[in-house]
Amino acid sequence: MQQLLYMEGIDKNFPGVRALKSVSLDIRPGEVHALIGENGAGKSTLMKILSGAYKKDAGRIFWQGQEVEIDSTTRAAELGISIIYQELNQMPNLSVAENLFVGRERRKNRFLLDHKRTLEEAQVFTRRVGLDVDVRTLCSELSIAQRQMVEVAKALSYNARLIIMDEPTSSLTDRETDILMDLIRKLKDEGVSIVFISHKLNEVFAIADRVTVLRDGELAGCVETKDCDEETLIRMMVGRELTDLFPKKEVPIGDVTLSVEGLNAGKAVQNVSFTVRAGEILGFAGLVGAGRSETMRALFGIDRMDSGKIWVDGKVLSGHQPTEAIEAGLGFVPEDRKLQGLILGMTVRENTTLAAMEETKVNHMVNRKKEVEITQEYVDRLGIRTPGVEQKAMNLSGGNQQKVVIAKWLATDPKVLILDEPTRGIDVGAKKEIHLLMGEMTARGVAVVMISSELPEVLGMSDRIIVMHEGSVRGELSREEATQERVMELIFSTKV
Amino acid sequence: MKTANGTESKGAPSFIRRVQQVSVFNIVLILAGMCLLLSIAVGGKFLSATNITSVVRQFSFYAIMATGMLLAIITGGIDLSSGSVFAFSSIITCLFIAKWDIPLLTGMPVLLRVILGVLLGMLSGAAFGYLNGALITLLKLPPFIATLGTMSIARGLSYGITGGYPIGSLPDQFKFIGLGTIGAGSVQIPTPIILMVVLALLFSFFLRKTILGRWVYAIGGNEEAARIAGVRVDRTKRIVYALCGLMSSIAGIATAARLGVGQSTAGQGYEMDAIAAVIIGGASVNGGVGTVLGSVLGAAIMGVLRNGLVLLNVSAYWQQAVLGVVIVVAVSFDKLQHDRKK
Repeated sequence: MQQLLYMEGIDKNFPGVRALKSVSLDIRPGEVHALIGENGAGKSTLMKILSGAYKKDAGRIFWQGQEVEIDSTTRAAELGISIIYQELNQMPNLSVAENLFVGRERRKNRFLLDHKRTLEEAQVFTRRVGLDVDVRTLCSELSIAQRQMVEVAKALSYNARLIIMDEPTSSLTDRETDILMDLIRKLKDEGVSIVFISHKLNEVFAIADRVTVLRDGELAGCVETKDCDEETLIRMMVGRELTDLFPKKEVPIGDVTLSVEGLNAGKAVQNVSFTVRAGEILGFAGLVGAGRSETMRALFGIDRMDSGKIWVDGKVLSGHQPTEAIEAGLGFVPEDRKLQGLILGMTVRENTTLAAMEETKVNHMVNRKKEVEITQEYVDRLGIRTPGVEQKAMNLSGGNQQKVVIAKWLATDPKVLILDEPTRGIDVGAKKEIHLLMGEMTARGVAVVMISSELPEVLGMSDRIIVMHEGSVRGELSREEATQERVMELIFSTKV
Repeated sequence: MKTANGTESKGAPSFIRRVQQVSVFNIVLILAGMCLLLSIAVGGKFLSATNITSVVRQFSFYAIMATGMLLAIITGGIDLSSGSVFAFSSIITCLFIAKWDIPLLTGMPVLLRVILGVLLGMLSGAAFGYLNGALITLLKLPPFIATLGTMSIARGLSYGITGGYPIGSLPDQFKFIGLGTIGAGSVQIPTPIILMVVLALLFSFFLRKTILGRWVYAIGGNEEAARIAGVRVDRTKRIVYALCGLMSSIAGIATAARLGVGQSTAGQGYEMDAIAAVIIGGASVNGGVGTVLGSVLGAAIMGVLRNGLVLLNVSAYWQQAVLGVVIVVAVSFDKLQHDRKK
């Protein structure tokens, strides 16, 4: 069968990370091709290269048998490749029709819009995807499923031959998912190929002809869906040697420090309970969007919590602001160090002392000398590589920025430290240093809660692991019983 | 002091470096350049002690207002109501001192009545500012919108209370705030200048030496990160806007004392001058950056410029345009310098 697309030997490096290593992918005309893999396996990177958002470092791309260079999203669109991101790129304040033709408005002449043609042409495409709304409706009034259909219609209006859907069902209800599946089948019948990225294996089996599995930026295999089962796919996704060694430090585990009972926060967090003890590392495993960060944000008082009780060292945590959580002895290294962790325009000194300002006082005044002293202590202890404590945080590397965030919390002398993706996007060396630091903290009796989307990290560092999926706790595993397969089974097990 | 990798730590940067860091350096340069040009162009007329004193006294009112505005701008906000609060507070003070004829007040010693009146005016300014803060933090209104509303409210109240009539016949004890001097022998410094210096020092201390001051910068730098780090964001903002209102009221009261009359039309458009002074002074409208010294110097640049234009016989009609050009040039100059450093 003639190939529509063939990507061969694609390499992509980011500073400190090899995102893709010689990955190949072929797509046939009129095929639904699933692309699966763990978080960070390289799925999105590969698709961003295909859609012109990233540049590949090496490899070749053939489109309908011709070698092509996709150096921009415009070029990809010209070829007939469209991508629909998880976060839909729409202007909610514009109508369906206007959104369809954003940037290539239908016009009468140089200056005037052609409303009539816009509406007529928009209708053609919305009908094709079975979107049954007036094209003058504002996008903000549509459901997520309908907005997705608008995106598909937009792709068709570009004469797309290949539509990439990045986790399209992640925020859809079951019924909406069925409608989307029907649409995909219809497109397939019209000869459009679909790349379908998903974490939900049941959907993969329901819709895909073939499956490509990525693992750690490498191709783990490409199989016909009818020739395999869930177990095979899970094994392909996780079947790797534990190449990274995790320096787990054995320390005596003490009393319960933090205990959370029946925590609810919106749809993202449903009845979550857990405890963590002094000296213990409690790992939270799950897919992106499983509700792990949301749980931590709610318990720390950053987001609203609907119900639930939290005890720190046996005392009920009252009030619902980070200030109270910090006073009770909690610390929180958030997911995104640039947006939530640091004040980039401030210096290493100002960032380090921000959560422990009381400590910097001499005679009731903030004392610069004392601040420098405290900061220098952590710069030395954590090995923060900076020209000086007066360096602005924005000028440090990712790993060193993360260490500054950790320093900020260590300066508050916390009883419990919550680390949300503490090593995401930082180089291997700094990663190891942060892992060592976690051991050091537990040795001092700090209870550590770690969220990580890197399963080997969770398995390698945690004393206990809680698996979350779709907002609720799916199970708990001890260090001894935890394996990648067990965790994946808990995630993919059909709803409890 | 040495860090892990052996380079010298900049634990305590030199005074010059710090001045350069906050970009006050450029402003001093611009100010000095302007003074030099004016000295050459009009000579003694500009450099005379009388003229210099009058220029400084004139811009001290703006500098006081700008210092309050600075706080709001560092948090990433703005206070458009300050010109109206300027008028409102001065009217409250003048009414208390000269108009309200209730026996309790008329029987009071004049000095006491002046002091109470000034305090009441300041309180009304702080209250208006706190209202701004409450609208911004409790109702989550954008600062621009909240203060646009209170700008109109404060102005309308001023007109309403006075019926548009100016309030005159103010006692000398009150006028002293705007017209008097303090000093010994031949060295006499006008009260507003002393007021400005004291307030600037106080606010500079507040921003540099108190936890709340650090929080003001942290909020402007990254509100979300600040909140996670335990900064009481909403409370801090309310205090900031209250202080901003307080400073507007002090400037308004001092101006009324100088002119010897309280007017509901006073301070119109002054919020724009205050914003301009703060921005010329190196603050960023995106928040997180700015110093009191910079804002005072920014006000000085505008003051010297106004004076220069008068001395150069530029018609009042044209002054406004020249002023605008200088604001744009000063800020661009500063921005270019910054970009080059990067």
